[in-house]
Amino acid sequence: MTVNAGDKVYAAAEEAAKQTYIRALKLLPPDVKAALARARAAETDSSGQGFLDIMLENVAVAERDTNLVCQDTGTVVFWLEVGEDCPLNLARVSAAVKKGTERATLEHPLRPNAVHPVTRKNTMTNTGRHLPAMHYEFVAGSDEMRADALKLHCLPKGSGSENMSFLKMFVPADGVKAVKRFVLECIVDAGPKPCPPTIVGVGLGGTADLCAALAKKAVLRPLGTHSDDPEIAVLEDELLAAANELGIGPMGLGGRTTALGVHIEWAHTHITQNPVAVNLQCWAARRSSALITPAGDVTYGF
Amino acid sequence: MTDETRLSFPIADLDALRELRAGDRLRIDGHVIGIRDATQIAMFDRGEKPRMDLTGAVLIHTAPNVRKLGEGRYEKVCIGTTTSARMNRFTRGLMEQYGVRAIIGKGGLLADSLPVLQEFGGVYFAIAGGAAALETTQIEEIEAVEFEELLPECLWTFRVRDFGPLVVAMDSHGHSLYEDVTAKARDTLAELVARL
Repeated sequence: MTVNAGDKVYAAAEEAAKQTYIRALKLLPPDVKAALARARAAETDSSGQGFLDIMLENVAVAERDTNLVCQDTGTVVFWLEVGEDCPLNLARVSAAVKKGTERATLEHPLRPNAVHPVTRKNTMTNTGRHLPAMHYEFVAGSDEMRADALKLHCLPKGSGSENMSFLKMFVPADGVKAVKRFVLECIVDAGPKPCPPTIVGVGLGGTADLCAALAKKAVLRPLGTHSDDPEIAVLEDELLAAANELGIGPMGLGGRTTALGVHIEWAHTHITQNPVAVNLQCWAARRSSALITPAGDVTYGF
Repeated sequence: MTDETRLSFPIADLDALRELRAGDRLRIDGHVIGIRDATQIAMFDRGEKPRMDLTGAVLIHTAPNVRKLGEGRYEKVCIGTTTSARMNRFTRGLMEQYGVRAIIGKGGLLADSLPVLQEFGGVYFAIAGGAAALETTQIEEIEAVEFEELLPECLWTFRVRDFGPLVVAMDSHGHSLYEDVTAKARDTLAELVARL
């Protein structure tokens, strides 16, 4: 298909990348706010109640002051859903997303976090080699997604939770029990560090790289949703109930709310393998989206 | 939880915090010093000494969002607290060489910092992580900055008012609330695994 969208749509993509990054940092999604409020109502531990009160107050202050919910502006991750009839040039989209991330950082201004892994020199733009991380996925049209559109999902990932990432290559003889034990062990090992209550993103199956990416994708799913695979959905519920028996609680200082959700994204895997990746997301579970049409019209969401 | 205590920092009596017990709640006025991974790597691994006196200071593990106003002058944008465990190995140096007596952070220092807190009468205050919008309203001004070349991981002097609430999560008597919670979680994990 000939691309004749001109430059307007790429300027729109750049602006959308900038805005989704800033919006994600300032506005928590409604499902996350509702989950925190439900957790507060169910919490019986006084420390847990106190921290959940502060979290909810903080979300309201961020909205009132149009300030960031959390100071950690994260490592920026974009998940891009490309409709099957989308005519956009994805190389230009990638460049636009990177430019939008840079502009958000410099123009807002936002704290710059991206450094060279050896020299630790800061790029000061939150962009750099392979940053922002971009994952492309090609999807059919649906009620939420025009077939010719592009949807950006921005996930600024705080380091407190991202440092609590785990991968284990199990073998068939280990069984599903090993998967369950591993996920719960990760939650205990992470303890207070990822700012619980967390969203527990789990990747199951695939290869090591795919499994880790699926764990990250699982974090993007709104709270209250389940896997479309019934067996996996049961596993999600079982692990959430178990996680909330651990008593780690809000900020790891005790309480019944340790996780707000357990989300599992899966892939078929090798006959000899059962990889499991865990990517924890903090209570300030920031994400935002933008739907971009080929004409350059943008609709923001979460 | 007990009622909130109020403290002003820096403290003059370096043994004053021995009175605090794990679980106490408090708010802080005065000055809080922002410090981070790169700042402490510079201070302890490269021996770069800050000009300011840290005796009796309370530190906070942070790297803020700021707007530059001019040479060495910054305005707050959003300031919140980071994970402390990464900076655990600097606890002794801060207390022994610099006279620091209190650290504000999230997630706790590790258990091997407890004997250091006991030796020097130090405490660790937990704050709600991720609650930066609220924290920012309690910081009146950025008064000074050192190690500017490490931006955003500088040594920041914040003037604060009603800063908190904070919880004494590790006291100078060998008690860590994190250790209590983790020990229980490990016991529960063993039970859960047995019935998976």
